[in-house]
Amino acid sequence: MTADSYAAPRPWSEFMLGARRSLPVLVAAAPFGLLFGMLAVENGFSTFEAVFMSAAIYAGASQMVGLDLFGAKIAPWLVVLSIFAVNFRHVLYSATIGRQLSHWTPLQRVIGFFFLVDPQFAEAEQRVESGRAVSFTWYMGLALPIYACWVVEAWLGALFGRLIPDPHALGLDFLLPIYFLGLVMSFRKRALWLPVVGVSAVASIIAYKTVGSPWHVSIGALAGVFLGALLPPGKAAREEAQ
Amino acid sequence: MSTIFWIIVAGAVLTYLTRAGGHLVLSRFERIHPRVEAGLNAVPAAVLTTLVAPAAMEGGPAEIAALAVGAMISLAGGGMMPMFLSATALLILLRHLLG
Repeated sequence: MTADSYAAPRPWSEFMLGARRSLPVLVAAAPFGLLFGMLAVENGFSTFEAVFMSAAIYAGASQMVGLDLFGAKIAPWLVVLSIFAVNFRHVLYSATIGRQLSHWTPLQRVIGFFFLVDPQFAEAEQRVESGRAVSFTWYMGLALPIYACWVVEAWLGALFGRLIPDPHALGLDFLLPIYFLGLVMSFRKRALWLPVVGVSAVASIIAYKTVGSPWHVSIGALAGVFLGALLPPGKAAREEAQ
Repeated sequence: MSTIFWIIVAGAVLTYLTRAGGHLVLSRFERIHPRVEAGLNAVPAAVLTTLVAPAAMEGGPAEIAALAVGAMISLAGGGMMPMFLSATALLILLRHLLG
């Protein structure tokens, strides 16, 4: 912790600092927001239901899985269970970032956790790593643009989705993996980063091939987390703990 | 209300529980065991890796090259935007060239 994390910055500039961090997220997530709206309508959702799903669940991969299973006429409770399975990783996010939010009021926590999507978590963790406190204002500055665009994209996708000419040639289907790789790399100074990345990668690929999606996310993640818990911490981590 | 509506409501409630639940459980403990602490510190790399690895494995030369260049730019100290834009530009270029 550095001294300046205790200074009270002006709320608006703090909000804008968060909003600026949302820009790459907006670019990377936009194709998926639009794609979701488009696929929702193709799977029998109304435009309202498509927008409602993005606004209420706010978790891209699980929304796609939900659509897919609903379109395949799977029992509703199984669709719900699958959405839960895809989103289970958020339990880890919540436990991890929650340690940094003890200065928030209970209401701020109730609101804040709703917006805890992958990039939100990663950006907040990076802010912690850079020695600055995660203020509620900064957090919402990051969250609100991402959320607003996500909801609007579902609506635009539902209305105009079929107008996108050739998503593959534009690389749209691969923007998220590139963006997530950037996030993985941004944590490379952490203790045990390389072994954790290696084990999670191998475990998730094996699970993807055998158990299948979406379970590879939880299985791969737990493998990496257990490795992090079991291995003796590196020198850097011991210094941090003291 | 339609079946879809109730699927969305139930999915939203469960999703919110995953986002609040980890913190709710952990905050019941006075002290966090160092092993738990170490495990949680591994969460960002562990989870985010699982979102990249299968996509990388399924990818062709264009996708692999884009990820490799992105990783190298990050290692060289490039920020998120340079990394993201260069990797994406290379991906589009290679997809055009390789068909």
